[in-house]
Amino acid sequence: MRRFLGLVGRDLRLSLRAGTDAVVALMFFVITVLMFPFGVGPEPQILARIAAGVIWVAALLAALLSLERLFANDHEDGTLDLLALGPLPLEAVVTAKVAAHWLVTGVPLILAAPVLAVMLGLPEAGYGALIASLAIGTPALSLIGAVGAALTLGARRGGVLVALLILPLFVPVLIFAVGAIEAAVLDLPVGPHLARLGAVLALALPIGPIAAAAAIRQALE
Amino acid sequence: MSDFTGTGLACLRGARLVFEELSFTLPPGGALVLTGPNGAGKSSLLRLMAGLIPPFAGALAWDGTPVDADPEAHRARVAYAGHAEAVKPVLSALDNLLFWAAQADPGQARARSDSALEAVGLGGLGDMPGRYLSAGQKRRLALARLLAAPAPVWLLDEPSVGLDTDGRRRLEAIIARHREGGGRVALATHAPIALPGAEALDLADFALPPDAAPDLFDPYTEWDAEPADDAAEATR
Repeated sequence: MRRFLGLVGRDLRLSLRAGTDAVVALMFFVITVLMFPFGVGPEPQILARIAAGVIWVAALLAALLSLERLFANDHEDGTLDLLALGPLPLEAVVTAKVAAHWLVTGVPLILAAPVLAVMLGLPEAGYGALIASLAIGTPALSLIGAVGAALTLGARRGGVLVALLILPLFVPVLIFAVGAIEAAVLDLPVGPHLARLGAVLALALPIGPIAAAAAIRQALE
Repeated sequence: MSDFTGTGLACLRGARLVFEELSFTLPPGGALVLTGPNGAGKSSLLRLMAGLIPPFAGALAWDGTPVDADPEAHRARVAYAGHAEAVKPVLSALDNLLFWAAQADPGQARARSDSALEAVGLGGLGDMPGRYLSAGQKRRLALARLLAAPAPVWLLDEPSVGLDTDGRRRLEAIIARHREGGGRVALATHAPIALPGAEALDLADFALPPDAAPDLFDPYTEWDAEPADDAAEATR
């Protein structure tokens, strides 16, 4: 466990000192959402109606943007070789890197989302569900995305490939998350939607690291 | 006791066999020097010995027990230093080292890292961020990692690249001390490195022609063969 936390700590320090990834993902998220009032016009009803979907789709894309480099730097400078030979199993290495990635990019999205929801005029009743769905959904995005990032190691134009591979797998997260927010707005029970979202996370938690570790072993051969 | 051996090893890269029927024995305190022209498979053999590449044929054994019976134990035995130094530009030299030392043994991380930096001649540069280190200094830091996170088998891929005379002397001293303590080392090199009593393994002896392919069904050659037949028939 100390080794696991050591790796999480190292990744946090690396991304906070290098600094760009977290900021870029957050700015991308904010700017993408801000584009919608320009695109669809400033009518409050329309914006309120699409707020949940817009925020969630922007969150998906922002997560994707930062996931692409999740293993690439460590692969290029040889760190991944050493981690693969280190005392931590590769599955734990992946989990630690995903945890650090989520803390740096996922958490700021959760914090920024309510502000953007105010701007789009999301009905008040939806805020709790928005934050809850992001809190459960973004770790799932990071876990699923890790598989794509690992599969495209060493590929040219890996970023585009990650998007093609991973976006379809994000669909269940998107459906259940937006479903939860809409249910909250319509005063319907939110629990079942969040439970399904939780099920996706519970499924991604073991499968993501195992699949990503297998892909990394392939890439290191 | 506890020899690290490989028997009948073959290595497949893409569709090409790089070498085959290669065997080695690495006893405690032993050293193996891999030589051979570029592309002869020195790096591949080292990665294969580390367990990063599965052998296409043959087997690695530790003390007679096949390595794949317990890959985790094998991982703990080897320390690999490849071409890439794995030095993070935003972390200081000491922090770079501390991470790996703590992964190996959290209790002694600090003491080991300090003495490792001293041993490779980076004693005063612990606070220097990785991005300001020269190529040779990065290489020294990669060597310091071997001391900070000790393992009985060292696999070094051209460890002397970028090192000055002093650096090479330190490398030789570090390896000598490692072997005195019963450690084993296998290294690939083009430059002479003084390793008393080392066994030489010339990969050129096991080299196969560049188009050597294993005896497998290969869809590509099957495809290629067909148009050739057609052409032959057409001329007939």
